[in-house]
Amino acid sequence: MMRSPRLALYITMTTFVLAFLISASQYPSMLSTRVVANLLTDNAFLGLTAVGMTFVILSGGIDLSVGSVIAFSGVFLAVILRDTSMHPLVAFVLLLMVTTAFGAAMGSIIHYLEMPPFIVTLAGMFLMRGLAYVLSTDSVPITHPFYDTIQDVVWKAPGGGRFRLIGGIMILAYIVAMIVLHKTRFGRNVYALGGSAGTARLMGVPIARTTITIYAIGGGLAGLAGIVYSIYTSAGYSLATVGVELDAIAAVVIGGTLLSGGSGYVAGTFFGILIMGLIQTYIVFDGTLSSWWTKIVIGGLLFAFIMLQKALGWATTKGRRPASESATQS
Amino acid sequence: METQMKPILRAKGIDKFFAGAIALDKVDLTLYPGEVHALLGENGAGKSTLIKSLTGAYHRDGGTIELDGAQIDPRSPVESQALGIGTVYQEVNLLENMSVSDNLFLGWQPMKRRLLDHREMHRRAREILKGYGLDIDPTQLLSSYSIAIQQVVAIARAVELSGKVLILDEPTASLDREEIELVFSVVRNLTSRGMAVVFITHFLDQVFELCDRATVLRNGCVVGERKLADVSQGDIVELMLGHHLEATKRRAKQSSPGETILSMKGFGKRGMIEPFDLDLREGEVVGLAGLLGSGRTETCKVIFGVVSADQGSAELSGKSIRLSSPRTALEHSLGLCPEDRKTDGIVGDLSVRENIILSLQARQGWTRPLKRSRINQIVDEYVKALDIRLASPNMPIRLLSGGNQQKALLARWLATEPDILILDEPTRGIDVGAHAEIIDLIERLREQGMALIVASSEMEELVAYSTRVVVLRDRRQVRELRGEEITTDRIVKSISQGETAA
Repeated sequence: MMRSPRLALYITMTTFVLAFLISASQYPSMLSTRVVANLLTDNAFLGLTAVGMTFVILSGGIDLSVGSVIAFSGVFLAVILRDTSMHPLVAFVLLLMVTTAFGAAMGSIIHYLEMPPFIVTLAGMFLMRGLAYVLSTDSVPITHPFYDTIQDVVWKAPGGGRFRLIGGIMILAYIVAMIVLHKTRFGRNVYALGGSAGTARLMGVPIARTTITIYAIGGGLAGLAGIVYSIYTSAGYSLATVGVELDAIAAVVIGGTLLSGGSGYVAGTFFGILIMGLIQTYIVFDGTLSSWWTKIVIGGLLFAFIMLQKALGWATTKGRRPASESATQS
Repeated sequence: METQMKPILRAKGIDKFFAGAIALDKVDLTLYPGEVHALLGENGAGKSTLIKSLTGAYHRDGGTIELDGAQIDPRSPVESQALGIGTVYQEVNLLENMSVSDNLFLGWQPMKRRLLDHREMHRRAREILKGYGLDIDPTQLLSSYSIAIQQVVAIARAVELSGKVLILDEPTASLDREEIELVFSVVRNLTSRGMAVVFITHFLDQVFELCDRATVLRNGCVVGERKLADVSQGDIVELMLGHHLEATKRRAKQSSPGETILSMKGFGKRGMIEPFDLDLREGEVVGLAGLLGSGRTETCKVIFGVVSADQGSAELSGKSIRLSSPRTALEHSLGLCPEDRKTDGIVGDLSVRENIILSLQARQGWTRPLKRSRINQIVDEYVKALDIRLASPNMPIRLLSGGNQQKALLARWLATEPDILILDEPTRGIDVGAHAEIIDLIERLREQGMALIVASSEMEELVAYSTRVVVLRDRRQVRELRGEEITTDRIVKSISQGETAA
């Protein structure tokens, strides 16, 4: 029998491929590098957010603050670039430090005060959104020449696709996350924590350090998503990206990660993002459907994937090997 | 021979206090390399406390620990593991969501160029497990293997990380015979390599099968250290229970019980309790005796329908009934006071009043709430009758002492005016005064014609109030004692020898 988390990943990948083929059979022009390039560009900030969310959910937590952090980041950058002569790269570093520290602070509260992540990050969500309002209530345009330079970094693929830098950043983030989760001790500790915090402690996992690092990564990646979003929109607006945390959670779950933690792959999240982007693209191509159909389909998919996980979990324990079969005669 | 060897672990005069109460009183434990040492005692004797004090899970209040001749002072199980003392618990403390290799190597994975070397990890995992007689695929999830295999993986991890002393806390409690064999062969293999193993279990047969020596605890004190080759099971049981040889006064008069009210034939549940026959008459107390895990609690639960029986039949006053859930049992005027009142009995944050009327209200159905005046009347009546000491019936029940909580629970069931009352360990964890009151109450209820089933680990108590005593062993009824036969001596003998003939 196949290991259930991997099976969930394959099912997500198959779903994406099937959905893409079905869309392409209706609208053959969807089979173009242009569509693929736009899929990556349009979902870059959501994709980055979802990477951080995967870490958090794998560890058995949740982070509701990320949407607000993205909005805050946009306003923060826009205001700094408007009011000071700071170079955007310096502002980027400053912002990443702020959001990472913010994530680490939430992680510390969750660990040391033994508070549920849901409440702590909910508070973080209000806090960050409020801070964004304090900085500016209007949409602040970003006109720095450096932004034009970044936006001009384009790789033109044959077929008219324009692969932009921000899509590349997202893909890079997924590759790094995969290495961290599967090839480092910290990564394995994330899974251990999600399996059972009590057991992980008994097995010597440094719970405090791991928890804080996980939420710091979530905050840092949300900050990076904020930078990408500001490049994508050339503005900072405190009302932007409301509810993005829920989209990110949806992508993680559709990607096959167990919402209770301990099981899943960041690669699955990538396909979760692509599936969600694909639905939107399909609706654009169709032209007659209301964009709310995106939400309905995502809702249906989420439900289907939750049922699937239940079934897979049940199948793994049912298929338990008895001791006598695997024991060698000694 | 052992006395000439140098001990690998020597704990001396270990003390541990909990909120002023003595949990361990100058406990000594000596382990020699290559031995399996049983740590025995009834529940609450201090076995777990001793283990936790040794491994640093608890901070001990006195005493010294020497490992290999050097003083150690571990602050956490992780630290004691690094020093050489590994522990494996009854519920496998591994991560079911990760692979077997991940579980074996978490925290000390082989690295290559600063990244984890999965291939090397799987190779070594396979090799290590082969040494334990397991030929399994370590890349698979731990949850895809049986509990026995998980237990062996846990042992393997503990041995790899510690290597001197291995503590097994009830490792066989949820295993079947074949699986126990697997764990035993692993343990024997380890001792032949010179490790010392501490084996904690309630199954005496397993102790005599596997262990070399035993340390017996009772009430936080060591009451004996024995070479198992020199003693019988009976000796060990006597040590564990510490039964006093003077005969306890029997209070249950030879009153003639009334008509049979509940009759069960071949009643049982696979894996929990072997089929048994039991006739219960009005005005009698049937005591259930046996060691922990012998099937006392299971018998209570099966009768009340907490777990429904999968074989046999039950008759209530001559009518066939199905006891499939606590709800039906309640409808048939049965009541059960469970063993663990904290988790199964009281609702801690509700008031004493609400706790007392809970079952009565449940039987009435939620659409027909009890009248406030009626509630107050019932509560006042039982608070007075049972002498429950409280500031007000409105206070949360968790603030009451153990004895008063137990009395409130009894009141809950008495309020439903049951014909049959099942009490599982009614006197556990309550002070001496309340203890006597509860025994008096059992007496009174019997005289009023109620039929009671009482499971208890205290022999004296059973002798005091039982009309008959049913002795259980290994989840099976082995003996029924009546009248003059009911003495602590006979009960202990029946438990240890498992004599079946009447």
